[in-house]
Amino acid sequence: MAIKKMGWKELMPGDAISGGTAAEFETGDWRSEKPIFHKENCINCYFCWAYCPDSAILLDENKKVVGIDYKYCKGCGICDRECPTKKEKRAITMETERK
Amino acid sequence: MPGLRDLVKKSDPLTGGHRACAGCGAPIVVRQVLMSSKDPVVVVSATGCLEVVTTIFPYSAWTVPFLHNAFENSAATCSGIEAAYQALKRTGKIKEGQHINFVAFGGDGGTYDIGFQSLSGAVERGHDMLYVCYNNEAYMNTGIQRSSATPKGASTTTAPAGKVIPGKVQFSKNLTEIMVAHEMPYVAQSAVGFWRDLTSKAEKAFSIRGPKFINVLQPCRLGWGYKPADTAAIGRLAADTCVWPLYEVENGKYKLTYKPKEKKPVVEFLKSQDRFRHLLKPGNEAILESIQKETDKRWEALLAKSEG
Amino acid sequence: MPRIARTGNEAMAEAMRQINPHVVAAYPITPATEIVMIFAGFVANGVVDTQFVAVESEHSAMSACVGAAAAGCRVMTGTSSQGLQLMSEILPIASALALPIVLCEVNRALSGPINIHCDHSDTMAVRDFGWIQIFAENAQEAYDSVLQAVVIAENMQVRLPAMVTTDGFIISHCMERVEALEDAEVKKYVGEFKAVNSVLDVGKPLTMGCLDLQDYYFEHKMPIVESMKKAKDVILEVGLDFGKQFGREYGLVENYKMDDAEIAMVAMGSTCGTARVVVDELRGKGVKAGLLKVRAFRPFPAEEIKQSLSKLKSVAIMDRSDMFKNQGGQVFTEIRSAMYGGANSPILTNYIYGLGGREISLDDIRKIFAEQKKNAESGEVSQLIQHFGVRI
Repeated sequence: MAIKKMGWKELMPGDAISGGTAAEFETGDWRSEKPIFHKENCINCYFCWAYCPDSAILLDENKKVVGIDYKYCKGCGICDRECPTKKEKRAITMETERK
Repeated sequence: MPGLRDLVKKSDPLTGGHRACAGCGAPIVVRQVLMSSKDPVVVVSATGCLEVVTTIFPYSAWTVPFLHNAFENSAATCSGIEAAYQALKRTGKIKEGQHINFVAFGGDGGTYDIGFQSLSGAVERGHDMLYVCYNNEAYMNTGIQRSSATPKGASTTTAPAGKVIPGKVQFSKNLTEIMVAHEMPYVAQSAVGFWRDLTSKAEKAFSIRGPKFINVLQPCRLGWGYKPADTAAIGRLAADTCVWPLYEVENGKYKLTYKPKEKKPVVEFLKSQDRFRHLLKPGNEAILESIQKETDKRWEALLAKSEG
Repeated sequence: MPRIARTGNEAMAEAMRQINPHVVAAYPITPATEIVMIFAGFVANGVVDTQFVAVESEHSAMSACVGAAAAGCRVMTGTSSQGLQLMSEILPIASALALPIVLCEVNRALSGPINIHCDHSDTMAVRDFGWIQIFAENAQEAYDSVLQAVVIAENMQVRLPAMVTTDGFIISHCMERVEALEDAEVKKYVGEFKAVNSVLDVGKPLTMGCLDLQDYYFEHKMPIVESMKKAKDVILEVGLDFGKQFGREYGLVENYKMDDAEIAMVAMGSTCGTARVVVDELRGKGVKAGLLKVRAFRPFPAEEIKQSLSKLKSVAIMDRSDMFKNQGGQVFTEIRSAMYGGANSPILTNYIYGLGGREISLDDIRKIFAEQKKNAESGEVSQLIQHFGVRI
């Protein structure tokens, strides 16, 4: 995660930077709780995807939900809270993060 | 109307790796609004949580062009970009067919308070832009200070619940109605927790030329005091208790976009958050009553103006 | 070359018309209002291609200018006094974003008390925000300097915003003869605008105006330091080239009868015109008097000033604003600092004058030169700093 700090001559002019570089920054270690994805129960409603503040719901090339991007997931649990699947067949469940 | 099946095909305007709190509602608003645009977007943000957490140099979470200028001027800054676009189009530097949607974001502090003049001016001038207020009802970035969007009774760090003053004394300013008074083409209120409502409103706003304003209630787990998982649920509770009705005003015509099946008492909303906890102690019944009364008054007024 | 009678404001507005910027965002304020009014007329009559944004405040004017410049456009505005102060929050953002915005500033005293007349307190208050500052002596210089400011600010080695100032009412509203360039000449002279960054480039999304913490803020200030160094050379080159092309040469400073001078006045803006008359008069009487006009205040031409003053005996430094620090005004402070460490330093005295538009007459300047003569002869400073022309 550590990026060498640039000197001023290496910076782009005008306090600008290419967009999207935050993808290099991992926030997964913020988690105290961890969402677990159960593909067999997923109905692909995308509620988890729509409400994830961290763009951490992984989709495959066919745009099916395939898991959680733990690089970014902060463990807020919104995905689990918004998942409409029934109690005994949850597509997302939360567990305590073990580090 | 876009469904989530359509939206998932869009590229995400934000990457992960930004520094918003776990469960923050602001990126949810940004993603749902911007992914509703068919055309490329250019984004301006006021100083505030959103700008701070997404642009800590050298890490930018924005995959769309983004400019931050200062706190109180995101509307004026966006109007300058829009003017530049018009100038470059006129002089042939930008092709006629290439439409760009200009979006300015501001928190309630940057919108209701310090940036209000800038917003009002940009709207009056008629720039083709969408202004989105991610309204978390206080200055969250500086540590939960009261704004004119803070509801009555809420405890903030500059209007704390003390022994003689029970949190904020005043009701919130009704900014949405003030924007309606600008007689602009499109004004709407939405909330986190209603993805279809917000994306539909954003899509409609993008289809209209001229100034547009959407005020999105954005629960803040830190400032409001609730479990991070509840962000969307609390937004829904705000609509169900009618403290935050969802509606739109298109060319002056009011339309309620969500009518709760059963209007819940305001206290249901209040008890879900720590910022109102002190109100539930004995002795504050009059305040609770006044909040319910004001909520009812505003709701009834809205119903009277709305069609359908 | 058309010669037209113009006020300073008309001359600046005319330069703006010929530059034909993509975007102008401005707000009225006395005595700069005319610039905006005249330009709005150009827009209304379709003689410019400019997108004119008639904002609701100067704060929004500069904010919109930053937005438009960040969108890859040539951008101009005009203001004065309180307007410049209201913009001041955004001025250092413009320089940090390396946006070559050109601002026509009309010097006017800052409130309070409220006053509409000339002094330099407004421009001085924003001197350290990374903007190039050029003071014009008359309407002709205002016109020429606005054209040059575009070229200087947009130079790839510089890429800083620039303000050209005139003295409120004294220049802004007085009719003078101005030689204007042909439209085609100006178009060729300023050339096409070349954007470095643009938020309108949706194919190459940039993030501009990031949050810098302890680890990058300092680095992001260094390009301004470097650009200001380069700006000195560029102002000289541009001024020289302007002379070659159009017959009127400009520099960072102007030495008027300074070669063998023993006493001199240092001034900026319209006062220089008055001082020239007295210098000529004194020369006629055999007094070796001179005038050093400081044209560029930012970047500060310390070496040039040092070179001009080091052989003199006594110098009156004129400040049309006070810093309220008991150490004289801005020009005095900077020149004293520039002279430090030199082998020869003349007696430097400071005259804070003309606040709120208080007139400075030929007699006043004669009196100041007489004091310099006395200092030079006695080798002693009669009074280091004086508030000149104020009633007790």
